[in-house]
Amino acid sequence: MEALKNKAKYSRRRREYLRGLSRIYKNPLTAFGLGIIFILIVTVFFAPFLAPYPDQGRGLSNLKERLLSPSIKHPLGTDNLGRDILSRIIFGSRISLKATLVVIVIVLSLGVPLGLIAGYFGGKVDDIIMRFADMILAFPSLLLAIAIVASLGPSLINALIAVSLPWWPWYTRLMRSQVLSIKEMQFVESARAIGVSRRRIMFRHILPNCLSPIIVQATLDMGYIILAIAGLGFLGLGTQPPAADWGVMVSDGREFFMIQWWISTFSGGAIFLTVLAFNLVGDGIREALDPKIRWRFQKT
Amino acid sequence: MIRFTIRRILWLVVVLLGLCAITFVLSRIVPGDPASLYLGPRAKPEQVEYLRAQMGLDKPLYLQFFYYLRDLTQGDMGESLRTHRPVIVGIMDHLPASLELMFTAITIALLIGIPLGVVSAKKENTGLDHFSRLYAVGSTSLPSFWLAMIFQILFFRWLGLFPIGGRIDTVVGLVNPIEKITGFYVFDTLVTGNWPALKDALWHLVLPSFTLAAYSTGIITRMTRSTMLEVLREDYITTARSVGISEKEILFVQGLRNALGPTLTAAGLCFAFMLTGTLFIEAIFFWPGLGTYIATAIFSNDYPVIMGVTILMASFYVVVNLIVDMLIAVVDPRIRLG
Repeated sequence: MEALKNKAKYSRRRREYLRGLSRIYKNPLTAFGLGIIFILIVTVFFAPFLAPYPDQGRGLSNLKERLLSPSIKHPLGTDNLGRDILSRIIFGSRISLKATLVVIVIVLSLGVPLGLIAGYFGGKVDDIIMRFADMILAFPSLLLAIAIVASLGPSLINALIAVSLPWWPWYTRLMRSQVLSIKEMQFVESARAIGVSRRRIMFRHILPNCLSPIIVQATLDMGYIILAIAGLGFLGLGTQPPAADWGVMVSDGREFFMIQWWISTFSGGAIFLTVLAFNLVGDGIREALDPKIRWRFQKT
Repeated sequence: MIRFTIRRILWLVVVLLGLCAITFVLSRIVPGDPASLYLGPRAKPEQVEYLRAQMGLDKPLYLQFFYYLRDLTQGDMGESLRTHRPVIVGIMDHLPASLELMFTAITIALLIGIPLGVVSAKKENTGLDHFSRLYAVGSTSLPSFWLAMIFQILFFRWLGLFPIGGRIDTVVGLVNPIEKITGFYVFDTLVTGNWPALKDALWHLVLPSFTLAAYSTGIITRMTRSTMLEVLREDYITTARSVGISEKEILFVQGLRNALGPTLTAAGLCFAFMLTGTLFIEAIFFWPGLGTYIATAIFSNDYPVIMGVTILMASFYVVVNLIVDMLIAVVDPRIRLG
């Protein structure tokens, strides 16, 4: 009886959670963010067809048309090697999103299992994992990333490793707290009672029930990860030329910035819009899911 | 409270030791031999060998780490491989410029963020609230290096209002030399009554500090808004309204007083983070602070400087965090149990 009631309570909470998520697009700003993300995904998949000069987007230079200001032929102008900025930005979206996904994958595959282990087994294992996680969280993550990539040597892969390493403890923490609450649920207890193996309980009963907050958190973090990667690119520690990376393009344009302002302005604008879109959606999700705020909406 | 303090300080020591260990390991991964970097490309092999022995590089790693820690406790962070000056001297030269920038920036962030957050909580779900949300989320989404460049082209190149960078105009600085007391130009010129230099120094502060403040402004606005929303629904606010206290007083005195805690916590964390943030904008504004110092070091593989500044920036972050935690614990006794 108790078990059934618990299960019902749990699934009601889950339904409310999903309803909250489905409401987010009603806020105009969140809808705007979702729109930009949609456009971004389209450009990632169809970059060769959307870019006016796909070869230049991949890095081919065209020295006859250096540093042209925006015109009909080149809507956002050209850079110091005569490459069309619009094409570079479109191809840059591929690198940015791919890099972000790689970071998320690394972070999740480190953070989630560690959190699962810490939460499920508890005791000494829990202590060791969590103290280590706390230690890493005590440092400013971006600084740690810069220090790591400065010693590993600048390259995109090193930058991705460097951004991921200070980041996974957030997910370990989140995962652990989820596991701790779900471990006590009746259905886990019942599974244990009928002799389901430990591994099966962890992966079939606990893990799937912990994932939705993790996915929400990953969405919230996308913006910051894009910003961190762009920042490393700007410092020259990330993607190396001739690949089109937004951060690198901003830094390339610096030399000519006072006259040929369009190189840095537009590529930096692309970073800004993308991060803004992810953050607006993240902010919308947070508002929709914070039960305290929602409850108050109903009250007043 | 005493037990809480002791526990937190012990943890601080562990964290700082871990920090030193991490930077030490990182510095040993760096490609290239520090001794030959220090001596330059024309050094003879026996010179390099001699210096390696002198730097302790021929000793086992754990001993090297021990020596490094021993030197650190005496304030010795080694010498820059590029300029051959002690790292600690370099840090002391560059720190005041960064701190001056940070203090200005956090003041700006509080002055804009708190009123904007309060007003947008009051006008929840109106156009103004949406604007403030867009502003807050927008300013946390800006790549600071890009914002810095946009400010430069807008306010220097096109409008000609503010200088492009530096801490003071060369001519103004030569005609009105600044006496070095603290290294904070604004403070030093104010104390010595050096008005032309003060005006110029303030003028140079505007663009970099607004750039640095952008992120914190957004965070502080959001934080103030969400705590104010909760506070404004409390019963005592209704009571205050019913006895006829003016709306302005309810918002900015009765309400804000109870909403300020989380906001100030957020501001503290923003301030702690700012020292790292200087890395991206100081170089663009030619601001001679720690950010410029470490950025230059990264490009010349000057690892003692990178290590020293990283340790300083991270310890600053850790210590400010600790202070914020302690302040909260003083205000709210429930936290001490945790």
